Amino acid sequence: MKISIASICFFSLMVIAMSCDDNPGESSMLTDNFDRGQMLDFWADEIIIPSYTAYVSALEELDSEMTNFYADPNVDRLNNLRSTWLEAYLTWQDVAMFEIGRAEEISLRNFTNIYPSDVDLIQSNIERRDYNLELPSNFDAQGFPALDYLFFGLADSDIEIVEALIADDVESYVTDLVTRLSNLSTEVLTDWNSGFREEFVDNSGSSASAATDKLVNDFLFYYERNLRAAKVGIPAGVFSGTEQPNLVEGLYSQAYSKELFLRSFEAVQDFFEGQSYDGQQIGVSLRQYLDDIRTSNATDVDIAGLIITQWEEVDLAAAEVGDNFREQVIEDNSKMLALYDQLQAAVVPLKVDMLSALNIQVDFVDADGD
Amino acid sequence: MKTIAIEYLNKKRKAAPLAVFRILFGLLMVVSLIRFWHYGWIEKLYLLPRFHFHYYGFEWVTVPGNWTYLLFIICGLSAFLFAIGYKYRLCIITFFLSFTYIELMDKTTYLNHYYFVSLVSFILIWLPAQVHFSVDAWRDKSIRSEYIAQWHIGALQLMMAIVYIYAGLAKLNTDWLVDALPLSIWLREKGHLPLIGQLLDERWLHYLFSWGGAIYDLSIVFFLMWSRTRVVAFIAVLVFHLLTKILFPIGMFPYIMIVGTLLFFSDDFHTKILKLFSKVCAVDYKVFCNRICYIGKPGYRRLSLSVLTGFFVIQLLFPLRCYAYPGNLFWTEQGYRFSWRVMLMEKTGYANFKVVDAVTGKRFYVQNEDFLTAFQQKQMSTQADFMIEYAHYLGDHFRAQGHQNLQIFVESYASLNGRKSQVYLDPDIDLLTLDNNFKNRDFIRPLYEN
Repeated sequence: MKISIASICFFSLMVIAMSCDDNPGESSMLTDNFDRGQMLDFWADEIIIPSYTAYVSALEELDSEMTNFYADPNVDRLNNLRSTWLEAYLTWQDVAMFEIGRAEEISLRNFTNIYPSDVDLIQSNIERRDYNLELPSNFDAQGFPALDYLFFGLADSDIEIVEALIADDVESYVTDLVTRLSNLSTEVLTDWNSGFREEFVDNSGSSASAATDKLVNDFLFYYERNLRAAKVGIPAGVFSGTEQPNLVEGLYSQAYSKELFLRSFEAVQDFFEGQSYDGQQIGVSLRQYLDDIRTSNATDVDIAGLIITQWEEVDLAAAEVGDNFREQVIEDNSKMLALYDQLQAAVVPLKVDMLSALNIQVDFVDADGD
Repeated sequence: MKTIAIEYLNKKRKAAPLAVFRILFGLLMVVSLIRFWHYGWIEKLYLLPRFHFHYYGFEWVTVPGNWTYLLFIICGLSAFLFAIGYKYRLCIITFFLSFTYIELMDKTTYLNHYYFVSLVSFILIWLPAQVHFSVDAWRDKSIRSEYIAQWHIGALQLMMAIVYIYAGLAKLNTDWLVDALPLSIWLREKGHLPLIGQLLDERWLHYLFSWGGAIYDLSIVFFLMWSRTRVVAFIAVLVFHLLTKILFPIGMFPYIMIVGTLLFFSDDFHTKILKLFSKVCAVDYKVFCNRICYIGKPGYRRLSLSVLTGFFVIQLLFPLRCYAYPGNLFWTEQGYRFSWRVMLMEKTGYANFKVVDAVTGKRFYVQNEDFLTAFQQKQMSTQADFMIEYAHYLGDHFRAQGHQNLQIFVESYASLNGRKSQVYLDPDIDLLTLDNNFKNRDFIRPLYEN
């Protein structure tokens, strides 16, 4: 008798436990004070999808301006083309951190914004004509940095650039690059609008593969690698010991590296603070999440405050830096290093205090604990 | 005293509990190894990282490339074979060696329950778990026995008791008892679970779980030993371990412990289980009920008794080594591992390594993701011994690239159980001047309560 009771308990509980075995994001029923599901809703509907929508239409603008240019190539139209390129490049900074879902599968960031471009590779692609832009070996021969080279660095004067751009081979390469950017972005947006949004929002659990954990990891990875290191640290020589002014974003156009950096930094802050893409509302995001945990007593450290205060220091340091990062590195790198230091100082509250307080699992670590 | 000891050592009981344990433990190991392989963890944890963290004294253990798969096959096969009791001694030794080797390959993956598996399989080497209901005993009448010495089962029970009681003692600290930490951090993130999710945000529940867990760990062995409370205690075992299974990603550990607690059940209970197994396998169980008590060669008996005695003396003392070090144990982690400190802290860190040319003053920072996986970075950034080993690896790497007069410093921060992050290692000490050893690590900054 005793045995049978015990064994019934044993097997029924075993079944319950087995059915929960490592099943990530099993349920969307969130009854916590703080609703991760609500946060995911807000992220998807008010930040991510509107950002991608804006990005896709910015690329449509670029595409039509390119058609205009090739219909009647002249310096004025080149400048129009350049400004739609810049607008699209800036809009890209808004979506760059959301490397999740289809964007992750197609590795959108690598095909869109790997810099510096490999100029020799671009030239040989143009000459050979049989390039395949889908190959990872062509990461640095496409995207915005390649267009940066083609629109600004192909020749010394604007008139010469116009002439160079209208060569048949160059025209078809430019067209291919713009079309590819368009196709990739449309693919990601379409995926969000046809099912991935629901998948994302429903995956509201807390495991390494839950949507919150994944996106926060993506966000931190982006902050460290793409914003802090690529845009500022690497050109300033933080990781090499030698200044590398030619590694700035927007090398050929020269004037936009700071603008691109600031836009990306702004997108990061908006995401953290829950600023909707249209700027009309503040919703639930990481800041509110941290504040909620603070009021619920699990910790009494004002982590969100620490991060925001540190980012104010970043703004101050950025104000000291000129628009052209390349020039800044060459002329007075200490200001770039100061900007880097301020960006770096926010990494500790972000990666240590925030991750710990939110109990976010570090990316891809779904191994056992004990 | 001596007579009591001799009397105890001469006591006999049925071999059935040991046979059941052998079978269930072995099969669990098979499942656990297949699961590990199936999740792609062999590749992710052992093959992909370009660098592995070593245990002190085991620097010679390396990952044998794709042969690692073979190692897992050998390990799983030997687990299956000792479970069915085929060439038992050879297989349990093979299992112990291969499993332990796997665990020694990278310190990053250290888990208390892997350590437990190694220890249990070591104990099993010295026990006659093959004399009853096994292929060996089926084929070889000379070892076939119905009874064994009571201490054979007692040894495994003692191991279980050490795990539970040390795990319970480790919970008697202010974070756990007064602040319900780290459980309150962890549980509130589990609100999405069905049925219980709603409750997990309640403060009282965090305290209930903290205190309940401590009381459970400290007392469960005694309630299991006493026959009148055994069934209730076993239900508590099930509830406790399966609840932890549902709430936390702890893999096979709950099942291993549940199987372990069966060791406290009566001979009758285990005989019934074996009769059931016999029916399933269409074996005549009566063959094994020959009323013979396994004695073994006297020399071997003496050897295994002294090995296990020595083993348990070490097991009782080793978890206490942390008291030889000053400072907060959770912060310094000196003497933290191999001591049954389970799920005691939420610790997150960040370590930024600075490589300096001591002569020119030229410096640069390291991008950790160039060298370590996310999992390795996570473990490295909260533990001093990892940082030191990693710094030496970086030193070798950059020296090979032609850098000279190297110094490596670390800017490290960690947050423990909800405290604000604070500096971890002394940022002004050149890590290349340090080595991993048992000396007190006075370069770990003290933990400030805040």
